[in-house]
Amino acid sequence: MNFPFLPERASTFSDQIDALGLVLTSLTIFFTAIVFALLLFFGIRYRRGSKVNRAKPQHHNLAMELTWSIIPLILGLAVFVAAMIPYTQIYNPPANAEEIFVIGKRWMWHIEHTNGIRENNEMHVPMGRPFKLTMISQDVIHGFYVPAFRIKRDAIPGRYNTVWFEATRPGKYHLFCTEYCGTNHSEMGGWVYVMTPGDYADWLKRGGTQGANDARVETAAEQGRELFTTLACSNCHGTQDTVRAPSLVGIYNRPRKLLSGQIVNADDEYLRGAIRKPEDHLLEGYGQVTTMPAYRDDQLTEEQVHNLIVYIKSLGGAAGSPVANGKGPRTAPISNSREGSLGRPAHVTSPGLGGSAAPTNGTTPPTGSTAPGTNGTTPANATPGQPSTAVELKSGAQTTSSPSAPTRNTGSTL
Amino acid sequence: MSATALPPAGLPASAGETKSTYLNWSYSVKDWLLTIDHKRIAVLYLISISIMFLLGGFAAMAIRVELTSPHGQLMTSEVYNKMFTMHGVLMVFFFLVPSIPATLGNFVIPLMIGAKDLAFPRLNLLSWYLYTIGGLMALAAMIMGGVDTGWTFYTPYSSVYSNTNVSLTLVGIFIAGFSSIATGINFIVTVHKMRAPGMTWFRLPLFIWAMYSTSVVIILGTPVVAITLALVVVERLLHLGIFNPALGGDPILFQHMFWFYSHPAVYIMILPSMGIISEIIACFSRKRVFGYSFIAFSSLAIGVFGFLVWGHHMFVTGQSMYTSMVFSALSFIVAVPSAIKVFNWTATMYKGQVWFTAPMIYALGFIGLFTVGGLTGLYLASLAMDVHLNMTYFVVAHFHFVMVGGATLGYLGGLHFWWPKITGRMYPEGWAKLAAAISFVGFNLTFLPQFIVGYLGMPRRYHYYPAEYQIWHVLSSAGASVLAIGYGIPVIYFLWSLKYGPKAGDNPWGAVGLEWMTSSPPPMENFHEIPVVTWEAYDYDSMTESEAQADRESMPGAGAAVRQEAARDAEEGHPETGHPAGD
Repeated sequence: MNFPFLPERASTFSDQIDALGLVLTSLTIFFTAIVFALLLFFGIRYRRGSKVNRAKPQHHNLAMELTWSIIPLILGLAVFVAAMIPYTQIYNPPANAEEIFVIGKRWMWHIEHTNGIRENNEMHVPMGRPFKLTMISQDVIHGFYVPAFRIKRDAIPGRYNTVWFEATRPGKYHLFCTEYCGTNHSEMGGWVYVMTPGDYADWLKRGGTQGANDARVETAAEQGRELFTTLACSNCHGTQDTVRAPSLVGIYNRPRKLLSGQIVNADDEYLRGAIRKPEDHLLEGYGQVTTMPAYRDDQLTEEQVHNLIVYIKSLGGAAGSPVANGKGPRTAPISNSREGSLGRPAHVTSPGLGGSAAPTNGTTPPTGSTAPGTNGTTPANATPGQPSTAVELKSGAQTTSSPSAPTRNTGSTL
Repeated sequence: MSATALPPAGLPASAGETKSTYLNWSYSVKDWLLTIDHKRIAVLYLISISIMFLLGGFAAMAIRVELTSPHGQLMTSEVYNKMFTMHGVLMVFFFLVPSIPATLGNFVIPLMIGAKDLAFPRLNLLSWYLYTIGGLMALAAMIMGGVDTGWTFYTPYSSVYSNTNVSLTLVGIFIAGFSSIATGINFIVTVHKMRAPGMTWFRLPLFIWAMYSTSVVIILGTPVVAITLALVVVERLLHLGIFNPALGGDPILFQHMFWFYSHPAVYIMILPSMGIISEIIACFSRKRVFGYSFIAFSSLAIGVFGFLVWGHHMFVTGQSMYTSMVFSALSFIVAVPSAIKVFNWTATMYKGQVWFTAPMIYALGFIGLFTVGGLTGLYLASLAMDVHLNMTYFVVAHFHFVMVGGATLGYLGGLHFWWPKITGRMYPEGWAKLAAAISFVGFNLTFLPQFIVGYLGMPRRYHYYPAEYQIWHVLSSAGASVLAIGYGIPVIYFLWSLKYGPKAGDNPWGAVGLEWMTSSPPPMENFHEIPVVTWEAYDYDSMTESEAQADRESMPGAGAAVRQEAARDAEEGHPETGHPAGD
């Protein structure tokens, strides 16, 4: 057995945090030593019956008491500031950070790279490049923790959390779940592999660890684009704002004005909310209700929602990190087999309505506020290959046409 | 108002030796279970929480044995998870929260302020029944299959996913919460309304100040956790979307509400211990506590600021960065009153007559361990540091330093301090000092390695763990065995002392508090005549030289006896021989 004292240091934060730890440990040892020494000294010197000078005992001394109140306060506030600065860095990813999507579920970590490579309980990253982790949970709260990186973030159901890191040293490091999540909590974890850029390129070329047999992996944006088609999103969300719906081209990370008058940024969290609960994200100018169905988690997995967001992001927007692999549309046949890792096919919409002739918002132009009944209707399950009436968006279309504020009074969202 | 509630309403003080104390007043079970005497209720509580402590300790030992191997050896993960939940629930809700208030507080608060009982004796009895019912429900839930949520009951795991006896446990804690509230109200009213003549606020012993602050925190905080836990039960049973995001709820809301109570609950556990330490340090240094008002007001400050720092449990949950900053800054500020206390206790010993009794050794151990516990809390208040350490064994080590090294050591110190008063018997001092020393060593061996393994990255609540952490777990488990011996010895000699311990006398420590002026064990009505207070708290310095001489050289307590005589003279109208107030 060995006696490890410090965890490995493998990210740009590690040294900073350890330096902070050193300061805190010095303070702890210093003050503990003072207290122990004084207790010992007073205890022995003033033990009962000892012949020492006890004249003029003091029962209070304002100056002294203020001293030992104010010095700890000042030291404490200094440590507060020293610890605050790296904290603001850890949770504010740099603009050039590449994205990795993380799903926590009992009891595994599912990792999806933007290039489409998926991993379970393993995460391969190159050193020297910043990565932003966007994470969510499918069930209970989990905690994503890589001790060697000194980073941790809870993965929470129903909302995205982010953290970032830049690995500095190749190696294999523990990945833990730190938020108690049930029976096999202690087995929910795995390894983070930090690779040299060359090794990482090779790994990518092989299509990841599991993808060795696949000639090619679809990127997250490509999968999102397919979903966008199969779910018939493109029936309403075209390249231009229409009476039915705003275009999604170029909206990413740009301000959107809601029906309530609130102005929000169309970031990942907003887009996810708009897909999951469109009725809570109504845009100004599109009426009081929306015809867009709510895609709950029994209809779209978190991974699928995220792929849609990556796709929307690839349509352009502000100051987001560029999608590295948002290349042109693939002509290769769509394989749904990759979706199997989450246990459901890509084209699933509402299980109960699969292929049914529910009123489609493509054929029934909603009349906005006068038709509350259309709220929550489900679109036709457009099977792949079905001709789409709307302009099909090309995933590579970096259209820069900024969306003009729509004025038509029609229900929609996004 | 309480006088009418006392059972022996007509019992004269000179009813004879056989019925002179609260212990021998009656022996029937009914007179114990239906008693409304605060001293008897304190004894009932003492027995109840000791049972809970033993059960919680048993669970802790099971955990420590299991963790000697990285692959587990005795139990499955289900059982392991239920074990640490049982340990946490029993220790926090059924031992630490009621420990000092409901036993020692219940017993000595009326004695210390010169009252015949608490303000609401029947409410006091009710609180014990509520505690017992709640405790039995929690135990029933554990016997019927257990709970596996951890004592924090985080949603949506507790409210949706766990299929163990969560609801029954929560209802048990909910009910026990009312017992806390009842105790808190009782103490507040008692301190306000039932102080003896002359016992002004700033003549109160610091234990009273600490208990008063604790009571305020209890009645403000406990309702919140009761509501929160009730909402979890509602979500489990009725499937309402409160915390479950799938139904539109917010799982983080639970954490806010839970920690709004559970962080102040840390102060519910530690403040009473701080009060005890003030008593013990003053008594065995033969000196007034240094900076009485600083200590008194620091208790209040801790009570107030303690309510404003709950968000430091949530730095990695995704709460706003600015929110985290505010909570972090406030957490550093709340550390200051604790630092003040530590320095003031230390300064109290300066130029004192330090007498190393068993309670004093516990008190010194408390100061040392609480210092470490408090300082390691600063790691967790530091934002970026907390990102690394949150939910690791570092947290486990930190709060055990505060809860075991602090609260429990203070409780044991207080128990040793007041045991002669409670039972009228002395325990063997040598054994008590040995037990205190063993506890101190065992404690450090148990929890110091956990700081290191926590910094290495070992998450808490892990049944299996990477093999490189094993050495620290083995050390920790070894320490836990030593600690168990340190806790086992007092159980034996306390029980022994009940029958064979030498008679303690009224004031074996030569202490000056009012509780030492009545007989040991106290009579049913506490004081044969209500004392009139004309002196400050911890009035050791006004002992005359001859008193001090007697105190030092002859038997312990002799000086105080002389002094007490003088105090009685003062009450009887000879103030010039007594102690002028404010000397």
